[in-house]
Amino acid sequence: MKIREVVELLNAKVVSGQALLDAEVEYCFASDLMSDVLTVETDNLMLLTGLANLQTIRTSEMSDISKIIFVRKKKATDEMIKLAAENEMILIECDYSMFKTSGILYKSGLKPVY
Amino acid sequence: MMHFEYHVEGGNFTKAGAASSQLKKILKQLNVDPKIIKRIVVALYEAEVNIVAHAFEGDIFIDIDTEKIGIKLVDQGPGIADIELAMQKGYSTASPSVREMGFGAGMGLPNIKNNSDELKITSQVNIGTTVELVTYLNQ
Ligand SMILES: Nc1ncnc2c1ncn2[C@@H]1O[C@H](COP(=O)(O)OP(=O)(O)OP(=O)(O)O)[C@@H](O)[C@H]1O
Ligand SMILES: [Mg+2]
Repeated sequence: MKIREVVELLNAKVVSGQALLDAEVEYCFASDLMSDVLTVETDNLMLLTGLANLQTIRTSEMSDISKIIFVRKKKATDEMIKLAAENEMILIECDYSMFKTSGILYKSGLKPVY
Repeated sequence: MMHFEYHVEGGNFTKAGAASSQLKKILKQLNVDPKIIKRIVVALYEAEVNIVAHAFEGDIFIDIDTEKIGIKLVDQGPGIADIELAMQKGYSTASPSVREMGFGAGMGLPNIKNNSDELKITSQVNIGTTVELVTYLNQ
């Protein structure tokens, strides 16, 4: 599925990296724990998280994750947007809970990593 | 043969990952296989965050040659009394403020082991910890 469709399904807002809207997503991982994210080996992953700080972006950079959805109305700061732009990432803000966001995306075919 | 050094400040989460980010850019320029880059930078990032989270300050020394990358992290800090225990998944003494940053699950050291070919940790309580890792580039 294209990220564009993800954004529509979630009624979400893209705050950085519009250029990636037509990129494909296949796998999704939901966690607030960066320690967990760093153990995932799947490529081309989209991250769903309620943790909005600079380490979310750094962790994604190291894990080759270029698509991040912030759930629970969490907002990306200017510093996060700047670092995300340097690393060609798309940042999406969503008002839904982690559970609702995960449910919608799972139902529409995104795959879990395990 | 290339050599790089970085200083790491304990407690400063806004800068955590700066060295790992630099190394990632260098390895990309050297056209290293992306899968190997990910292994190396994930291991370094975990070790770098450990200095920020658990120590006062530290230095990172990186040596790159055609067949391998050697990374040594030397910190001044509380040290690790029982390294075998610290290596176990889930063991963590991270403070609440470290947990707020998304760390402190006790996954870092096992993940460093998983993402490196050789790992050696030495530590002295109340002095500091040295983490050495080697990753081979061609395999
Ligand atoms: N550089 C260090 N100096 C002092 N203690 C350390 C250092 N690195 C690790 N430790 C100790 O070892 C424990 C386990 O480290 P590990 O990296 O596995 O987990 P963590 O850092 O607590 O959490 P996570 O890495 O999952 O975010 C730490 O909680 C800490 O007690
Ligand atoms: Mg750690």
